[in-house]
Amino acid sequence: MPRTIIPAAVSLGPSLRPNAWDLAVLPLALAILWVLAFGSAQMTTPYNIGDPLPISLDPGELPYYLMRSFLRMAAGLVFSLLFTLVYATLAAKSRYAEKILIPLLDVLQSIPILGFLSITVTGFIALFPGNLLGVECASIFAIFTSQAWNMTFSFYASLRTVPHDLEEAAAMFHLSIWQRFWQLELPFAAPSLIWNMMMSVSGGWFFVVASEAITVNSQTITLPGIGSYIAMAIAEKDLSAIGWAILAMLIGIVLYDQLLFRPLVAWADKFKFESLPGEEIPTSRLLDVLQRAKLVRALGAIPAFFWEWSLVLFHKRTDGLSKSGEKSFRLPWFDRLWTVFLLGLAAFAVYRIGDYVRAEVGLDEVLHVFLLGLITAVRVIVLIAIAAAIWVPVGVWIGFRPRIAQTVQPIAQFMAAFPANLMFPVAVILILHFNASVEIWTSPLMILGTQWYILFNVISGAMSMPSDFRAVADNLGLKGWLRWKRMILPGIFPSFVTGAITASGGSWNASIVSEMVSWGDTTLMATGIGSYIADNTQKGDFPRIALGVAVMCCYVMLFNRQVWRRMYRLAEERLRID
Amino acid sequence: MTETNELLIDLSGVRKFFRAPDHSDRIVLEDVNFELKQGEIVALLGKSGSGKSTLLRIIAGLIGANGGRVLYRGKAINGPVRGISMVFQSFALFPWLTVQQNVELGLEALAVPPREREEQALEAIDVIGLGGFESAYPRELSGGMRQRVGFARALVMRPDVLLMDEPFSALDVLTAETLSGDLLELWLERKIPTKGILFVSHNIEEAVAMSDRVLIFSSDPGRVKAEVPVSLPHPRDKDSPAFKALVDQVYAIMTQRPLRTVGAEPLSLGYRLPSATPHKIEGMIETLIEPQFNGKADLPALADELQLPDDALFHLLEAGALLGFIKVDEGDAILLPLGRTFAEAETTDRKSVFAQQLMAHISLASHIRHVLDERRDHRAPEGRFIQELEDFLSDDEAERVLEQVISWGRYAEIFDYDYTSGVLSLPEEEDQEPPTEDVAAE
Repeated sequence: MPRTIIPAAVSLGPSLRPNAWDLAVLPLALAILWVLAFGSAQMTTPYNIGDPLPISLDPGELPYYLMRSFLRMAAGLVFSLLFTLVYATLAAKSRYAEKILIPLLDVLQSIPILGFLSITVTGFIALFPGNLLGVECASIFAIFTSQAWNMTFSFYASLRTVPHDLEEAAAMFHLSIWQRFWQLELPFAAPSLIWNMMMSVSGGWFFVVASEAITVNSQTITLPGIGSYIAMAIAEKDLSAIGWAILAMLIGIVLYDQLLFRPLVAWADKFKFESLPGEEIPTSRLLDVLQRAKLVRALGAIPAFFWEWSLVLFHKRTDGLSKSGEKSFRLPWFDRLWTVFLLGLAAFAVYRIGDYVRAEVGLDEVLHVFLLGLITAVRVIVLIAIAAAIWVPVGVWIGFRPRIAQTVQPIAQFMAAFPANLMFPVAVILILHFNASVEIWTSPLMILGTQWYILFNVISGAMSMPSDFRAVADNLGLKGWLRWKRMILPGIFPSFVTGAITASGGSWNASIVSEMVSWGDTTLMATGIGSYIADNTQKGDFPRIALGVAVMCCYVMLFNRQVWRRMYRLAEERLRID
Repeated sequence: MTETNELLIDLSGVRKFFRAPDHSDRIVLEDVNFELKQGEIVALLGKSGSGKSTLLRIIAGLIGANGGRVLYRGKAINGPVRGISMVFQSFALFPWLTVQQNVELGLEALAVPPREREEQALEAIDVIGLGGFESAYPRELSGGMRQRVGFARALVMRPDVLLMDEPFSALDVLTAETLSGDLLELWLERKIPTKGILFVSHNIEEAVAMSDRVLIFSSDPGRVKAEVPVSLPHPRDKDSPAFKALVDQVYAIMTQRPLRTVGAEPLSLGYRLPSATPHKIEGMIETLIEPQFNGKADLPALADELQLPDDALFHLLEAGALLGFIKVDEGDAILLPLGRTFAEAETTDRKSVFAQQLMAHISLASHIRHVLDERRDHRAPEGRFIQELEDFLSDDEAERVLEQVISWGRYAEIFDYDYTSGVLSLPEEEDQEPPTEDVAAE
C-alpha cells in the first residue's frame, strides 16, 4: 500500500533536503509521536483493584482525558484492522475455516458489545496483575468488539467478489498468494474497508464513553478519559462539566475525521473500481501536504522497502511445467467429516451452556429473561417505526434540495458519531422534573444516537435518485400519497434499509445503558433485557450476565435473519436502480 | 530442432467436465485434439457455450483438464506456464495501477529487478503504441487503448505462445480493426518474440482475416468439428472473392448441424435454447421478406443488414429454425411458408402462430404449460423448472434458458411470470381454457 505515496526507489542525498511542506508536517509528526509515547506510558502505570483513580472535573484536565480516549480508540482500530485482515482472509481462502469462522462471526456481531465488557473485564485484570493495563485492555477490547465485526464482514465480502477476470490475470502473470493479496485483493477491498472503518469509529465513540467507567464486583474503576469524566460529572450532578465534555467530544470527532479519515478516503479513491459519472472526488488538504513533504517520503521508505522486499521474497517459483504443480486436495468424505465434527462441537457447546444456566439460575429465570427480551424487542420495533415516520419525510425533503443536503448531510453523519450517552443525564432530569413514566420515557434514549443513521442514509438515497424520475412524476401529475407510493418510497427503500439495519443493531446495544440511567444518586430503571444485564453487571452476577447476553444475542440474530436480511434482499433484487 | 520442439502446444484426447450440484457430470469438452505449430496463428470459432474459452484456459494452465494430454513444448502443463501469456476480453487491467505498473506486473511478480523491468515495460509500451501514456490510469483510457495495455502486459513477458480470449469483441468495429491490424503487423514483421498465437473469436471475418487456420467447435460436448486452412497472403483484402468464399464456407460449416429444423425428433427438455427475443425474430423474418432478399439471404449479407455480430445472428437463425419459420442451407437463410404466413399476419395472429409452434416444438415451453394446467391454482415457482434444467445445464445456463423460454411464453401469451415472487402462472384471461383448444382454434 505505501507504494503510491512513496516512489519505489528512494535515493538519499540532496533530494531529501526538507522542503516547505516539511515545516507543516514536522510538528504534526512530533506531536503524534509524543502522544503515542506519553499515552502508552500512562496506560501501564501500577494499579490494584480498590486503588482510587481520581477524576478531576476541571475543564483544564479535559485535553489530557481526550487524548487518553483518543488513544484507546486508535488502539481498538488497529486491533480491529489486524483481526479483519487475518480472520477474513482465512475465511475467504479456506473452505474448512470458512465453515466455522463465518457462523461464529454472525454470532459475535449479535452479542451486545457491553456484554463483552462485563464478561471479559475480570479476565483482563487477571492477565496483568497490579497494573492498569488490564483494565485498559478491557476497555480497548470493548471498542474493538464495536468495530471489528462489520469490518471483517466487509472485507470477507470484498475478497469473495474480486472480479474473476482480475483473478485470472493475477494467475496468468504468476502472482504468488502473497503478491496477490497485496496487489489485488487488498486494493480491491480498500474503499469499502475504509468506509466501514469510518462507520465503525463513528459507532465506537459511544462505547469509548461507556467502557471507561467499568464496574467489577461492585467496584467502579474509572479509567482516565472522557467517559469517566462524564460519569464523574453525572455522579456530582455538574451540568457545566457535562457541557465541557460535549465540547471536548466534538473536537475529538472532528480531529479523527480530519487527521485520519479524510486523507484515507481521498487516498483510497484511486482504488475504486469504477466511479460514477458526476460523482464528487473526495479531497483532503492534509493528504496533499503529506504527499508533498519529503519527510513523509523518507519515513515511508522504510515500510516500502520491507514491502517490496517481501514481494520479492515470496514470489512464485514454479514454472507451471514441473510435476509439483498446485494440486488442491479435495476429499468428499473429509468435507462431510468436518461438517459432522463442527455440528458435534456446536451441540456439545449448547449442551454445556444449557447445563450451566440450569444449574446456576434455573429455567424459570430463563423464561423470564426471554420475556424481558420481548419487551426490549417491542421497544426497538416501535422506536424504529417512529424514527422512520419522522426522518424519512425529513430526509427526502432535504435530499431533494441538493444545496440544503450538502450542509445537513455532514451534520447528520456527525450526530451519528456523537455518543448519545452524553445526553442521558438530561433525560433523567426531565423525567424526574415532569414525573414522567420511566418505562416509556427512557425508551427514546435507545435510539437517540442511532436514528441519525436513518436520516443520513435516506438523504443520500433521495439525493442519488435520478432526477428523471422526478421529472416523470411531475409530468404525469403524480401527487400526494400516490407520488410517495410509486416513486419516493421504492426509490429510497434500499438506502433506508441500510440505515435501519445500523439503527436497529445500535439500539439493541444501547439498551444496556439506556434502560438503566442515573443522575447523582437517583437511578431510573425500565423493565427490559438491557437493564437486566446492566443491573447484574453492577452486582457482578456472572451467570446472569451470561444468560442476559445470550438471550439478547438470540433476539438480535432472529431479527437479522427474519426481518433485515429479507428486506435487504428485496431491496437488492427488486428496488435497485441501475 | 526436433519434432517436439516444433509443436508449441500439443493436445490429445482432452476432456473436461464440471460437476453439477446433484453430482452428475456435465461434459464441456470431449476428445479434443489440437496442435499449435511454430509460426502460425490459429482462430477458434464456435457457438457460445461450446467450450472454446474453457479450452483456452486449460492451455493457459488456469484450469486443469479431466483427461487427455496437455503439452507445452513436450512438457505437461501444470499451472500458468512462463512461456504462455494471455490477453483478456474484458482487458482485466488493475484499475489502481498506472499503465506502466500494469505492464510491469508480471515482471514484478517474477522478481525482475526494478531497473530492468522498467526498461522492458517502456519498450513494450512503445511497441504497442502507447508511448506517452505510461503514467495514465486505465480509467483515463478508451477501450481500444486499454486493450493495448492488455497487449503490452502480455508481450512484455516475451511469450512463446500468446493466447487471446475474444480480444477485440469489447471494442467498436473501427477500433477492433485498427488494433488487430497493428498486432498482425508486429507479428508479420517479427517485432515480437511470440512464436504462435491462438485466439478465440466470435467474428468470422476477423478470424479469417488474421489466422492461418480456423478451427470450428461444435457444442454439447465441445469438440473440434472442422478445420479451414487460410492460405491467402497478407495483407488480405476483405472484398476479394477468395476471402468472401472462405467466409461463406465458414458460415456454412457453422450452421450445418446445430440448426435443427421442425420435424426432427423433439428437443430434449434441457436443450440450450438460443438467446433471441421474439421481437428480434420478428425483425429477422420481416427483413427476409423484403424485396432485396425475397425469402433467401446469404448469411454474411443478412448479418450486415441486421447489424448483428455473428454469434447473435446464429442464435437468431437457430431460434427461427426451431420454430419452423426458416431453414438454413449451404450458408443461406431461407424463409419457409409458415415464416411467410407469420410475416404477413397481424399482431394477434402472429402471437397465436408463435404459440402454436412453441407448444409443438419447444418441449420446455409445452412442459411448463402442462404443469401449470395440471396445478389447481395454475401457478408454479420458477425454482422447480430451474432444478429440472440443472440436470442438463450449469446453474447460469439453466437460468438463461428459463429466462429465454419465459420471454417467448410471455410473447405467445401461453404463460405469465411474476419477477418479484418468481412464480409462473397462466395468463389471467384464459385461466379456464386448456391450451390444446387454444392451438386448435388457430
